[in-house]
Amino acid sequence: MVTGETEHTNSPVTTVPDVRKARTGENTVHTVILTVWQRDVTLESGTLAGVTDGMPLIAKVATSVSKTAAALSRAAGRGDGSVIGGWIGLKIDPDLLTHLAAGRAVALVSGTNGKTTTTRLTAAAVGVLGRVATNSFGANMPTGHTSALAKEGHTPFAVLEVDEHYLAQVIDQTRPKVVALLNLSRDQLDRAKEVAMMAQLWKTALAGHPEIRVVANSDDPMVVWAASGSRQITWFSAGQRWLDDSFVCPESGHPIERQQGDWWCTGCPLRRPRPQWIVEDEGVIDPRGDWHLVKLQLPGRVNIGNAATALAVAAEFGVRPIEALPRLSRVASIAGRYAQVDRDGRNIRLLLAKNPASWLEAFDMADQAPTLLSINARDPDGLDTSWLYDVDFSPLRDRPVLITGDRAYDLAVRLQVNQVQFRHVQTFDEALRSVPPGRLEVIANYTAFQDIRAELDRVN
Amino acid sequence: MSTEALRIVWIYPDLLSTYGDRGNMLILARRAADRGIPAETYEVRSDQRMPHTADIYLIGGGEDGPQALAAQRLLADGGLHQAVAQGAAVLSICAGYQLLGHSFFAKGAKCAGLGLLDISSDRGETRAVGELRGEIDPRLGLPALTGFENHGGRTHLGAHAAPLARVTAGIGNDGQTEGAWAGKILGTYSHGPALARNPAIADLLLRWATGADRLAPLDDTWADRLRSERLAAASPA
Repeated sequence: MVTGETEHTNSPVTTVPDVRKARTGENTVHTVILTVWQRDVTLESGTLAGVTDGMPLIAKVATSVSKTAAALSRAAGRGDGSVIGGWIGLKIDPDLLTHLAAGRAVALVSGTNGKTTTTRLTAAAVGVLGRVATNSFGANMPTGHTSALAKEGHTPFAVLEVDEHYLAQVIDQTRPKVVALLNLSRDQLDRAKEVAMMAQLWKTALAGHPEIRVVANSDDPMVVWAASGSRQITWFSAGQRWLDDSFVCPESGHPIERQQGDWWCTGCPLRRPRPQWIVEDEGVIDPRGDWHLVKLQLPGRVNIGNAATALAVAAEFGVRPIEALPRLSRVASIAGRYAQVDRDGRNIRLLLAKNPASWLEAFDMADQAPTLLSINARDPDGLDTSWLYDVDFSPLRDRPVLITGDRAYDLAVRLQVNQVQFRHVQTFDEALRSVPPGRLEVIANYTAFQDIRAELDRVN
Repeated sequence: MSTEALRIVWIYPDLLSTYGDRGNMLILARRAADRGIPAETYEVRSDQRMPHTADIYLIGGGEDGPQALAAQRLLADGGLHQAVAQGAAVLSICAGYQLLGHSFFAKGAKCAGLGLLDISSDRGETRAVGELRGEIDPRLGLPALTGFENHGGRTHLGAHAAPLARVTAGIGNDGQTEGAWAGKILGTYSHGPALARNPAIADLLLRWATGADRLAPLDDTWADRLRSERLAAASPA
């Protein structure tokens, strides 16, 4: 397969984003595309009015080629075109993303967890005002942003999910109006940067852009510290379930104390700022103090937090919660996440869990129903499974558990330590046959999730 | 602390717990409990005194800053030194392994270690990341070591420490040897929950701590499958 076309969102940092991935694909496919696009520049150039007005010629050509390549990729069934188009476009014009972002009001969404969902919810909310370009398939590096903007043509708004490592670069290239910072925790430790180092990168990136409105999570000390140098900040409280990466203050190195949702550093003035947007019960309190019921199809309190973030970002564009909420309630699933599929009398629900924090969130969202856990450790997942011991699996003791995936044995040993009974199944079909009719919760990490999604006809 | 139960201390989880290091404490406690050996676990944070009366001490992996801080505090505290002098067993992993030695490098500077193991560590030219496999010192009577390593350090052994294993895949200390042991102190670059893949090392620590010559066997079907899979997955050095 053309690995550059997959949706994985956690690729390692390389100096030339995504190029390494694209190179590992089958050269033949690239050759076909490269041959065809030379012809299609002229074929499509007539349709580009409005999209590329005012752009340099090279950017117009790059936009056209990018769109053509993405369309070819989709037509060839190689993927959703969310990476390859941008990759080729940026090869032709390295400034293409800057050109495509110009003239749009842009919001960027970044963080370790929840960024794909929050981006979708934010795009839905900002959609009250007009058309929004967004990278809704989770392709969250500059190639994905370029593809998303080229594909949508001219839109007044763009809401882009950004991989944490690329936030500084994408801020420079897209000149966003708003940047939303969700959370920072350990993720893919065989290659990811230390959490504190990531917070430092964000802090530096934002310090150079005082014009940006930062919408940031007041419950995560790392995020608060990263945002603290900004001039314009809106704080939201979406909770922090994973505390293990913020016991030590990134400013002073002293311990951080926590009490009933509040936190403060014991050695410097860093402490939880008072949030303007707050999750309370099944709803969100806005800065005026009004409480809004948040009815979502997405499960869990975590997603009410994501909705609160979306409302806070949309408010910076002038969208009122009351206008946005009906649109949020129509979001049913995101690139397969939370999707429900009925098969053989089983109602299968897909939950993606990529790192310790998101596993805890998945257990919170899942019903007390038979649960299939699937673990891989391929490149996009990170090769190291030691994170399994950062997750407490004991919430699963009260339900039938099935395990599968490349690294099912790691999971088996982990579950034994937690005294969780389980059964190992070789295939997804075997899992389906092993549970009674009714709900089957599926919790899987990145490539395991995509494998199961493929079994379910790539449900979105 | 009660007098009968086995006491297991996890040293500074607030500083050295980057890679599922909690797993080693959980695994030791489970393997003790499954045999009816009462065990108590203690997580001792870096702002607390280190008790010297426990039976097994665990110290895990971490980044440079926390590693240097942990070494400073353990040196100032002295509790771990006293425990070792009294015969406690120690399992040290990665950054925790390095800081038990005479010196190590963190953030570009040479730092003083605890001197509990006759080793010293410096920086390698490349980071060692991937599957690690080795044949453990025959004197310990254990099956092959399997682990995942992720470190930039290289460790040199003095005359008073023996290699834990001879490397058959991966890097370990220097591409030849992996880890170290002396008395009841073990050190390894097999990071994070090293005992998950090496239950025999967990049992060695339990034997050292209880003084038992042998322990009741446990059903390690899943651990054995995991070991076979990972030993086969490690490419030869």
